[in-house]
Amino acid sequence: MIYLDNAGTTKVDKIVLDAMLPYFEEEYGNASSLHSIGQHAREVVEEARAEVAKAINASSDEIYFTSGGSESDNQAIMSVARMGEIKNKKHIVTSKIEHHAVLHTLKKLEKSGFEVTYLDVYENGIVRVEDVKNSIRDDTCLVCVMFANNEIGTIQPVKEIGQVCREKKVTFFTDAVQAVGHIPVDVVDMNIDMLSMSAHKFHGPKGVGAIYVRRGVPLFNLIEGGTQERNKRAGTENVAGIVGLKVALMEAVKNMYCTIKHEIELRDLLIKELLKVSHSSLNGDEMKRLPNNVNICFEGIEGESLLLLLDDEGICASSGSACTSGSLDPSHVLLAIGRPHEVAHGSLRLTLSKFNTKQEIMEVIEKVLKVVEHLRKMSPVWDELEKGVRKHVI
Amino acid sequence: MLYSEKVMEHFRHPRNVGEMEDADGIGEVGNAKCGDIMRMYIKVRDGIITDVKFMTYGCGSAIATSSMATELIKGKPISEALELTNKAVVEALDGLPAYKLHCSVLAEEAVKAAVKDYFDKNNIEYDKEKYCAGDCPCQH
Repeated sequence: MIYLDNAGTTKVDKIVLDAMLPYFEEEYGNASSLHSIGQHAREVVEEARAEVAKAINASSDEIYFTSGGSESDNQAIMSVARMGEIKNKKHIVTSKIEHHAVLHTLKKLEKSGFEVTYLDVYENGIVRVEDVKNSIRDDTCLVCVMFANNEIGTIQPVKEIGQVCREKKVTFFTDAVQAVGHIPVDVVDMNIDMLSMSAHKFHGPKGVGAIYVRRGVPLFNLIEGGTQERNKRAGTENVAGIVGLKVALMEAVKNMYCTIKHEIELRDLLIKELLKVSHSSLNGDEMKRLPNNVNICFEGIEGESLLLLLDDEGICASSGSACTSGSLDPSHVLLAIGRPHEVAHGSLRLTLSKFNTKQEIMEVIEKVLKVVEHLRKMSPVWDELEKGVRKHVI
Repeated sequence: MLYSEKVMEHFRHPRNVGEMEDADGIGEVGNAKCGDIMRMYIKVRDGIITDVKFMTYGCGSAIATSSMATELIKGKPISEALELTNKAVVEALDGLPAYKLHCSVLAEEAVKAAVKDYFDKNNIEYDKEKYCAGDCPCQH
């Protein structure tokens, strides 16, 4: 099997799994207990907090562990919104290409009287700092722009957006689920007030993540209960998961430049070869993109059938077609960068990891070409494009 | 698994796929914007569908339902082909996930559209109300 769906989730690194295992059968204490295995668990959690903080240049007391990216996104947004409500600031600025964990939370807020400005990302899939500046109003409580997009991999001008937010005294939250552990993230240098991350995106376990909240920025809890996480997130700490998050992040940061170099080499090879397919086009900016992200549209075919056939060939990929998004419309991200519906249906996302090899990539290129040709041969849309009845869009 | 073995089998090895140069009737339904289009070609001799071909742009179930529909009408009298329901296509495929049922509707409509085209070309009278306009369920 060739796994190229690393933006979806990643394989847990052996070193991560080994570090986690003792916390299931031996060191299974509750970090809130007074006995020694409980206290040991407490130490381990605090040590992890310090390491996670270090990885993004934050302080330990600015990190809260959660169940993952979605919870972190929800908590950050709902928390700032609650403060906004108190101060009668009920306007939020975001982008059109945020993850659903952000967009659906904002939709909920819109129903309760908030106003949300959705910034355009233009053809290259990148927010313009100027637009952020112009959208901020006196009643803006939050600017929420993701660090890097999960579908098309575009990296947003986070530092500059953060700078504008500082000047305008508006809280800046960034969903950095696809960035942390993949590219350098420095919350101080990049003027970030709040940030979310998720362990399973960088070879850690599923079900654990964290939220960074800059000292002085108020945080309200989403989950009520015990006093865990300094009263901000109730629920017994997922000690094994937190250890997994820590080790995975330390590994990712330690080897980051090697991984980036390796991934960029494979990514650029994939892009170069796949764009040789006629009427194919890269989605998202070519340069300002995650080292592991390839997203290409092929005209005349539909993404789900492409994925099923690739799966038959032993290749795990993903797509933004309607059939794979579980709705009647294709990916909101592809529509936001101006892809027409019929083109967006034919998208293929390949996301790499440090485990992929050049040999695998050569095989993937060959198989994708084969499958695209097979599907085009039976496609009435491709037939019409070829005969000139229908106009090529890309 | 998302799909039954039967669906996957038809998807991997679609029957009667391709163009037909001298078709007696051609029907096309669906919409590229919605992500699926089916085109069905039929050859008719003495009221019998002697040959059928299809071309489909769409997901796995769109391709599988097209393939199954061609199998179900090949060699059958037109009157029988017109009685083909989406339910029969789904049953022959051992079921489809609920949100994919519209693909089977498309297959039924593609058959009807091809027959309608045959009727139109040969000035054969038919009840116009029985034929769908080929509108797509996603309303684009």
